[in-house]
Amino acid sequence: MDNVTTAGHAEHEHELGFWQKYFFSQDHKVIGIQYTITALVFLLFGFLLMMIMRWQLAYPGQPIPVIGGLMGDANAPGGIMLPEFYNQLGAMHGTIMVFLGVVPLAVGGFGNFVVPLQIGAPDMAFPKLNMASYWVFLVGGLVMFASFFAPGGAANSGWTSYVPLSVIATQGQTWWLIGMTFLITSSLLGAINFIVTMVQLRAPGLTWMRLPFFVWTQLVTAFLLLLAFPPLEAAAFLQLMDRVAGTSFFLPSGLVVSGQALEVSGGGSALLWQHLFWFLAHPEVYVLILPAMGITAEIIACNTRKPLWGYRPMVYSVVFLGFMSFIVWAHHMFLTGMGTMISAFFQTTTMIISIPSVIILSALFISLYGASMRFTTPMLFALAFLPMFGIGGLTGLPLGLAAADIHLHDTLYVIGHFHYVVAPGTIFALFAGIYHWFPKATGRKMNEVLGKIHFWGSLVCMNGVFMPMMIQGLAGMNRRMYDGGIGYEHVQDVLHWNTMMSFSAWGLGLFQVFFIINFFMSIRRGEKTNDNPWEATTLEWETPSPPPHGNFLSPPEVHRGPYEYSVPGAATDFTPQGQRS
Amino acid sequence: MEIPYTVNTRADTGLNNVKLGIWLFLASEVMLFGGLFSSYVLLRVGAEPGTWPLGAEILSIPLATFNTIVLIASSVTMVMAWASLKLGNLGKYKLYMGSTVALALVFLVVKAFEYADKFSHHLYPSESTFLGIYFLITGLHGLHIVGGVIVNSYFLFPGVKMWHTAPERFTNRIEAAGLYWHFVDLVWIFLFPVLYLL
Repeated sequence: MDNVTTAGHAEHEHELGFWQKYFFSQDHKVIGIQYTITALVFLLFGFLLMMIMRWQLAYPGQPIPVIGGLMGDANAPGGIMLPEFYNQLGAMHGTIMVFLGVVPLAVGGFGNFVVPLQIGAPDMAFPKLNMASYWVFLVGGLVMFASFFAPGGAANSGWTSYVPLSVIATQGQTWWLIGMTFLITSSLLGAINFIVTMVQLRAPGLTWMRLPFFVWTQLVTAFLLLLAFPPLEAAAFLQLMDRVAGTSFFLPSGLVVSGQALEVSGGGSALLWQHLFWFLAHPEVYVLILPAMGITAEIIACNTRKPLWGYRPMVYSVVFLGFMSFIVWAHHMFLTGMGTMISAFFQTTTMIISIPSVIILSALFISLYGASMRFTTPMLFALAFLPMFGIGGLTGLPLGLAAADIHLHDTLYVIGHFHYVVAPGTIFALFAGIYHWFPKATGRKMNEVLGKIHFWGSLVCMNGVFMPMMIQGLAGMNRRMYDGGIGYEHVQDVLHWNTMMSFSAWGLGLFQVFFIINFFMSIRRGEKTNDNPWEATTLEWETPSPPPHGNFLSPPEVHRGPYEYSVPGAATDFTPQGQRS
Repeated sequence: MEIPYTVNTRADTGLNNVKLGIWLFLASEVMLFGGLFSSYVLLRVGAEPGTWPLGAEILSIPLATFNTIVLIASSVTMVMAWASLKLGNLGKYKLYMGSTVALALVFLVVKAFEYADKFSHHLYPSESTFLGIYFLITGLHGLHIVGGVIVNSYFLFPGVKMWHTAPERFTNRIEAAGLYWHFVDLVWIFLFPVLYLL
């Protein structure tokens, strides 16, 4: 038995060819970096779509400067954006940012690279499966990207693909469904791999309550992906049947399109799609935010040189969040007429789920109390995460109340709310993670000056984009308006914000250039560091940077909890988890 | 360092990696078919009174009953294949695994005749929501059978060489494949009464 695994392993340690080492690698570190880079490219692409949309919102009906001619006459004749093209950009911005950008970066990238190192494992439990999930993800991403070139363009029914609109939409929607099926399959394979790795491959002595908080968040995230994604896959199959095989699962009887009665058997339910979609998409919100909380917790503990305040309540909260996230989905549907009893139930669960989030956020805030902090670039991003996620979370409360939601539903207030959670929230935490673990992946630090310019610029611009959305939304301005709302009389007073928001968005793009330059320059020219540049306690810092194949030079053993900083009487202000007492 | 617990069980969890992995996979499959069965319930409850047909009026109960028996028999042979490996009898394993694959193929052939019969009477998925969900759920189940046939055939022919180098690991693989196969059976056990009888 052991002979076989040894033989298989020895084979692995041969000098691998270029393709096997960097492309078809089964090493979790390489796959993590592949995920990270692919996801960053998709994030940039999704952001570019938004920067084009922001032109149309600020200057509706005016030709897009410089790149207006590149978009083709079908999309933007004379550089002036058509409403159909705006809808494509909107739907694909949401899809790309959520399913191809943030989740692959947070779970595929950081989960893959950091989790096995933090738990003292040689690799993921199933390395081949790990490679497969990356390549399936990439195929899904490319299908989504290619759908822009389908007849009629990409999907244009919003990232939620609400029926019946999406069933009668152009061909791009079919591509969207097929791409989605690939992405779901990829995250299922990944989720299984993550859970098995975390349950089975923890190093000796690494008990559950000694796990770094980041690993806990990844574990709960993996369960959410495992159990919430399949119903969306079922929903995607149902919608695919509606579009391809002519069924009417989502088409009610007597549907009239463009003045013509639709020739289908009818009898379907439009609400069914919303239930299936949000059964995934609400847990998905926690898939977006939990890894970000985990990254923030790691960086705050390290840079305050103090243990996290309330580690255990945080762990219980994150597990409770995971459970609750499965029974709050219909708070997205208060206005569908599903009945007040159901609304009351989902309103109650929604209020309950805010409690664990507040516990985690409060614990992180209290952890800062009395610390002599190191204001490094990763720490700045992690610190900014706290109030930004706080704004995002608290603005969500009125949306969770069925009565207040009547006014706020489908306004820009909703957009402002969830962008505060995901953009200056999650994405800031992801940037923090990149700056924090970059030395582990490359052996070099990223440049601090460029990093700080990137941070302050992004912080100002992010708020410049999203805070006015709250104002516009409260004034009653609807989302998904391709003309930026000029046709709506009651929002004329808040329209002037559009220009400022657009310039903030473009400014945000400009400040990302500093990150891109910093990222590539530091790979070759960054300041060389030792194995533990931040003097952190968790296991990933007890191995060389970059870690060798198999991760650790000798099998690690764990003797203490994850955050033993500034222990009285200890030789240094950090005591690594692997250090014997 | 090597990846531990590929064969042996970890003391505090009592599992090896493959077994935990396959159970998690099955959990996600439960959610997939659960989503479809829930959709079935919601669509049927929401249908105009009197428009939802009885399965027995359209579908063939004798063929489905026959298929049920075939699938249950294949589950039995699957267990016997695994048990034969546990007893170290490779010849019997091949016999039982071969029977499992053969029975699965019988199921697919019968299913193909059922589909062909429907199509010849112009009963397509677009005809009614009942037929739509019938074709979707049985079609997806059929794809799962095809997947099982591919995996089991692999373990019957090229994959069997692992028996000579790592018998215990190979036995674990057959156990995992068996868990999947029983799950696919179980889906049919739910699907048969829901679509054909109710």
